[in-house]
Amino acid sequence: MREQDPKDRIKNFNEVPYGYNEEEALKEAARCLQCKNAPCIGGCPAEVDIPGFIKAIKEKRFKDAISVIKKTNSLPAVCGRVCPQEDQCEKACVLMKAGRPIDIGTLERFAADWEMRQAVSGGTSDERRATNDEKVAVIGAGPGGLTCAADLAMMGYNVTVFEALHKPGGVLTYGIPEFRLPKRIVEKEVENIGKLGAEIKYNYVIGRIKTIDALRKDGFKAFFICTGAGLPYFLGIEGENFNGVYSANEFLTRVNLMKAYKFPEYDTPVNIGGKVAVIGGGNVAMDAARCAVRLGAEKVYIVYRRTEDEMPARIEEVHHAKQEGIEFHILANPVKIMGDASGEVKKMVCIKNRLGEPDASGRRRPVPIEDSEFEMDVDTVVVAIGNGPNPLLLDTIKELKLNKWGYIEADEDGRTNVKDVFAGGDIVTGAATVIAAMGAGKHAARSIDKYLKNEKIKTKK
Amino acid sequence: MHEVIRKEHLNNEMCLLEIRAEDVARAARAGQFVVLRVDEQGERFPLTLYDWDTGKGTITIVCQMVGVSTRKLCALKTGDSLLDIAGPLGHATGTGNMGRVICIGGGVGTAEAYPIARAMKQAGNHVTSITGFRNKGLVICEEELKSFSDDVHVTTDDGSYGRKGFVTDVLKELLKDAKFDMVFAIGPVPMMKAVADVTRPMGVKTLVSLNSIMVDATGMCGCCRIKYGGETKFACVDGPEFDAHLVDFEDLAHRQGRYKDKEKEALDHHCRLGRH
Repeated sequence: MREQDPKDRIKNFNEVPYGYNEEEALKEAARCLQCKNAPCIGGCPAEVDIPGFIKAIKEKRFKDAISVIKKTNSLPAVCGRVCPQEDQCEKACVLMKAGRPIDIGTLERFAADWEMRQAVSGGTSDERRATNDEKVAVIGAGPGGLTCAADLAMMGYNVTVFEALHKPGGVLTYGIPEFRLPKRIVEKEVENIGKLGAEIKYNYVIGRIKTIDALRKDGFKAFFICTGAGLPYFLGIEGENFNGVYSANEFLTRVNLMKAYKFPEYDTPVNIGGKVAVIGGGNVAMDAARCAVRLGAEKVYIVYRRTEDEMPARIEEVHHAKQEGIEFHILANPVKIMGDASGEVKKMVCIKNRLGEPDASGRRRPVPIEDSEFEMDVDTVVVAIGNGPNPLLLDTIKELKLNKWGYIEADEDGRTNVKDVFAGGDIVTGAATVIAAMGAGKHAARSIDKYLKNEKIKTKK
Repeated sequence: MHEVIRKEHLNNEMCLLEIRAEDVARAARAGQFVVLRVDEQGERFPLTLYDWDTGKGTITIVCQMVGVSTRKLCALKTGDSLLDIAGPLGHATGTGNMGRVICIGGGVGTAEAYPIARAMKQAGNHVTSITGFRNKGLVICEEELKSFSDDVHVTTDDGSYGRKGFVTDVLKELLKDAKFDMVFAIGPVPMMKAVADVTRPMGVKTLVSLNSIMVDATGMCGCCRIKYGGETKFACVDGPEFDAHLVDFEDLAHRQGRYKDKEKEALDHHCRLGRH
């Protein structure tokens, strides 16, 4: 797929992969074998009818293609861009054995982008069914919440999504940078969900402005909690409070949500020095490093405690990062951040690791090598080592059962120990993917529908 | 959209705005704050609630003009609107009958001390309020505090109003002469630190309301993190009030200054565009 040249793209925040044009899309769609048993569908957490939409593209029925996708996936322009297809649908594709699976993601993006360009807005959306009176509250307008709200709205429920921030999308907006997922795309997808009848209330921090109990009194009959894993982990090393040390969440929120890359046109600043070290090896670390490059840092390093093979980031994103000049320091872990008298970061001391026995995650454990400390000249450090459950809402629902890490205990249908409360996404599983949250949203919508129908039968008796 | 229904310039540096925010007003309690965003390019920034009216569905904040965001806010007129208000955020002040309480406000922090003094008085405590300002022109909330305090002491650095000196001068005298159960202090970081240094050797429980820089203010970015008794806490969700004797004020002061250059750059940019 054609992409922006690394030389140019490090100076802008424009989208890097260009997607398919019509010719390219038709060519790729023609390659699909239209397997009868379609193993690709099993690989898709949103259960998209993949051969179905690809056939429609091949036959130039683009409107049908997007309709097929939207039967089960309400955020196709997002998924086509950020799903790890190589671990999901494309991995299951029979052509994977020949080394060239169908580029399902880019085809999905093609169909979604085609629809967005149509002049008649909402012309291909599913029809909204008549609302019934049952009020359902979705807490969090991230990928999980938006999907659940869309599905519930399509079933006819009266859905309100309560979002703490002033914009929808969750990680789609504050976490994933513009050059991977343009925000106008997120806004348009959310607009389409709004057309299905779901209402989104912004700046609404449930747990503070209202509790779940208060919402029950307001007539909400069921709740889906999908507030994400937002509490940033820090390393717990000396010097982490120096100016110039950010959690990846703060760094990315300033850059992506608050558009600090447009400062001073936009008021929110971000301080980026000349030498930036990003600690971590996931997609978030890659995103932070690539933002740092675009903000003008001369040197950007990824510091990761295991080797590249163990990095959780998509290979595609590691590749993009390297193309953009980011240097990888593997088998290294920071032990101390040093600063000057005014609290500015000057250096970071790291220790070298070797790989030992596998730990709970199945990956080989990093073991520090004695006396292998070395110094790195840096003025900015971004800590991208993961996030945990934000206790803000959970502290106000004392009866909700949490697991030992503080996440909500829920089954694969999203049911918790409280009968009208369902949960899904990162707040249940810990930090995972957009598509996993969407899958959880779909399952929860079905569970909520089943629960509410049962309740209705009970009250009629 | 949140309409400004009343706007007053309290002095050259500070203004008061009463803003429509029905659901926030209904949930508001003393000690909590809101995060505001004036326009699409604006920052998210926190301000402590000065007052709220559930009947009218409004909240009132007092703001000191420092940088671009506070100037944008103070430039709003009655009838203008803000884009976003999120809140109420933070833990409310724990009220209850503690006995004898001192509420200290420094500068614009006085507007933040007011709702606490009121809550304390309404809970049956004996309330002494001490306020400090650079000069007479900046004095605010004196009459309001008098309504909810048993005594009010106003100090100015230059002696142009009230007593010449600092809030800590009055505090030391009061603590020498009588027993107090709790001290609240809200104001510039050096002031809160100075109060903590006075009360620490005397063992008087002291709470401060911290004004850390914030972005999301819901606990997900860590921008507002402080060093607290050897641990890391987030001012937005663990606070904003903390035991003053455990706060590392030096660390807080350093962190407060980390955008000084950018603040100046932003102000220059706005001045060149002919704003404010």
